Amino acid sequence: MDHRLWTIDHGPWSKSINESIVCAGFGGQGVMVLGKFFAIAGMEAGLYVTWLPAYGAEVRGGTAHSFIRLSSSPIGDPMVTEPKAAVIMNTPSLEKFEKKMIPGGLLILNTSIVERKSSRKDIDIVECQLTDEAMTVGNVKAANIIAAGIYLAKKNIFSKDLVLGVIKKMAGGRDELARLNSRAVERGYEIGAEVNVGRKT
Amino acid sequence: MKYLTTGNEACGEGAIRAGCRFYAGYPITPQNELTAYMSKRMPEVGGVFIQSESELSAVNMVFGAAVAGARSMTSSSSPGISLKQEGISYIAAAELPAVIVNVMRGGPGLGNIAPGQADYFQAVKGGGHGDYRLIVLAPASVQEMFEFTFKAFSLAEKYRTPVMILTDGMIGQMMEPLEFDDAIKPVPAVPKPWVLDGAKGRPSRSIKSLLLKDGELEAHNIHLQKKFSSIEKKEVELELYKVKGADRIIVAYGLMGRIGRECVDTLRSKGIKAGLVRPLTLWPFPYKEIRKIASGKAKFLVVEMSAGQMVEDVRLAVQDDKRVRFYGRMGGGVPEEKEIVARVKQL
Amino acid sequence: MKQAPTHYCPGCGHGIVHRLICEVLDEMNLKEKTVAVAPVGCSVLAYDYWDFDTTEAAHGRTPAVATGIKRVLPDRLVFTYQGDGDLAAIGTAEIIHSGNRGENISTIFVNNGVYGMTGGQMAPTTLIGQVSTTTPGSRRADRDGYPLKIMEMMAVLPGVVYLERTTVTSPKEVTKTKNAIKRSFEIQLAEEGFSMVEVLSPCPTYWGLDPSQSMRRIENEVVKAFPLGVIKGGDHGP
Repeated sequence: MDHRLWTIDHGPWSKSINESIVCAGFGGQGVMVLGKFFAIAGMEAGLYVTWLPAYGAEVRGGTAHSFIRLSSSPIGDPMVTEPKAAVIMNTPSLEKFEKKMIPGGLLILNTSIVERKSSRKDIDIVECQLTDEAMTVGNVKAANIIAAGIYLAKKNIFSKDLVLGVIKKMAGGRDELARLNSRAVERGYEIGAEVNVGRKT
Repeated sequence: MKYLTTGNEACGEGAIRAGCRFYAGYPITPQNELTAYMSKRMPEVGGVFIQSESELSAVNMVFGAAVAGARSMTSSSSPGISLKQEGISYIAAAELPAVIVNVMRGGPGLGNIAPGQADYFQAVKGGGHGDYRLIVLAPASVQEMFEFTFKAFSLAEKYRTPVMILTDGMIGQMMEPLEFDDAIKPVPAVPKPWVLDGAKGRPSRSIKSLLLKDGELEAHNIHLQKKFSSIEKKEVELELYKVKGADRIIVAYGLMGRIGRECVDTLRSKGIKAGLVRPLTLWPFPYKEIRKIASGKAKFLVVEMSAGQMVEDVRLAVQDDKRVRFYGRMGGGVPEEKEIVARVKQL
Repeated sequence: MKQAPTHYCPGCGHGIVHRLICEVLDEMNLKEKTVAVAPVGCSVLAYDYWDFDTTEAAHGRTPAVATGIKRVLPDRLVFTYQGDGDLAAIGTAEIIHSGNRGENISTIFVNNGVYGMTGGQMAPTTLIGQVSTTTPGSRRADRDGYPLKIMEMMAVLPGVVYLERTTVTSPKEVTKTKNAIKRSFEIQLAEEGFSMVEVLSPCPTYWGLDPSQSMRRIENEVVKAFPLGVIKGGDHGP
């Protein structure tokens, strides 16, 4: 049998990339789609990627989350136990994941919904009223893609052309959705460039 | 073409591309994506999809479809696979080709829906009644879910025997890129002079497993065992990663195999000469290959999502219990890289 | 029909029903289009006597196996041959759901109210007061429940188009049985859905009666619990 898992051509990556992201919030906040967005962008860029959804009773009404790994070398565990980045869309998710983040990680917090600040002093934190921003952009559902824009502005892994291409691809011919999400990701890039992270140490 | 897709769906597409045209199944998490995928894909290729009233019924529908000559498959997760054991024994006894997918979850009993590997004994040592063997393939990625399922149909027809894809809820539900040539050809047709399709222009025939005449069943068993030993000789497959010169070797399959590979890289970066043996076929098991590796001084750590099942086969292969250690987690627990690395260091 | 002595006891009904099926298949020129599924029970060896393609299912899974065959070969005639243990006990789910799917197969259900192959234990269709090896004294409703009327249960299913209960106690009844089998096969060829013929059949060995007394018992007692006639699809002309 051909073990393409280990031999897939992962493109001209000169630097070593090993990102791990958790996207968490209420069901319906688009955290699964956000995870797929990162994974597809990674795939299009020629990286190894995994996307792992969290299922179970907690999907209904509680928190839903997905784990994403992006790497320039083969990925072992698709589970993200110590995330380097987290997009947190509600308070229960903050409770669940902030303590697991590795020091120096990036936390993107939707302060339209999340009721408290993070207590971590050793991570980079972007606080943003994502839901309000999304309404300004044109649809409350675009909050997740604004978060993607913030992440991408901070991490600069992919070219903007690639990102806009993924948005178009995921919209699958729904032009209005593609336009909305393009505006949302651009807004995210702006916020990411404007906002200084709140790390104190 | 490159897709981002789940292991369950890749398994379904691998089956379709191999020429599978009959699928029957019953919903159970964490393999539901596969059943849903087949319900959509089968009509597109002119195949049959049935959501059956039970696992028992599903596996016996597959028996019927195989009797009629179709490439057929069923899938389930641990509790449902227990129900299918009856049918699997009959399929093996009647020498029918069929593919059964087990997307393992935590057990015993109803357990949970987290990934597990505690059905290893059931898959490789029997499961159903009587002396039979299942060819058991253990994919570790979405890509392998496609490729191993494709291969499963080829093995099933080559040997007229049931083949199991033994995977887990995490491989089934995670997404990864899947890449295959859209012009891929199905598994080549093999003559099936045993198919029941109406005795037109030939004598009538029967497919059965009740053999009551004096010595008949014993002779059939001897025939089956010859077939199984031929499979043992020809079909063993394993992946070796940095085993050359390694003095500490992780043995793991499926999800634990891919995590084990990452552990080897971590250990090597710390100057520890670690390697990985990943059986791709759990039956036939790579006894000879592991024994050869064990002829040096290497120590082994077997890692499973179980209380220790494959470790028994590794001990049989190494034949020196002092050199074989085990690390596992149960009930949906997944051994993590740092846990495994720490235990390899202790070897 | 193959030229072979059967393993059935003297006075058993299986031989008659086997022969009727073969006659119908010959008359309809269907022998070369037929795949039959034998059950577990006394009639498991039916394939030793039938000269057409046959397979054998795990106990009760007979309609599931037939479903698999029929879906792959929709232009063949596929039927199951089942006893009361296979169909009405261990295979209740399979028969009901095959009917509910409107699976385009035929089922010949031979009901003799007892487990013959395993030595005379209670069947789901054993009558109240009937002796069996697992009902000390006889079957009692308060302890063992009631005779199960699968045909009447299945009559409410929209996917089931034709149900008839017959017997083999006289030449006239045998002819009715043959006609019912024929009609079931015709319905299948016309792709109209699921049909089933239940044949009340004698088991002199485990009823403790001689063959003639066994026939009289069906006429006098069994038909009271399991009334003869078309249960569904009476106005249905094939």
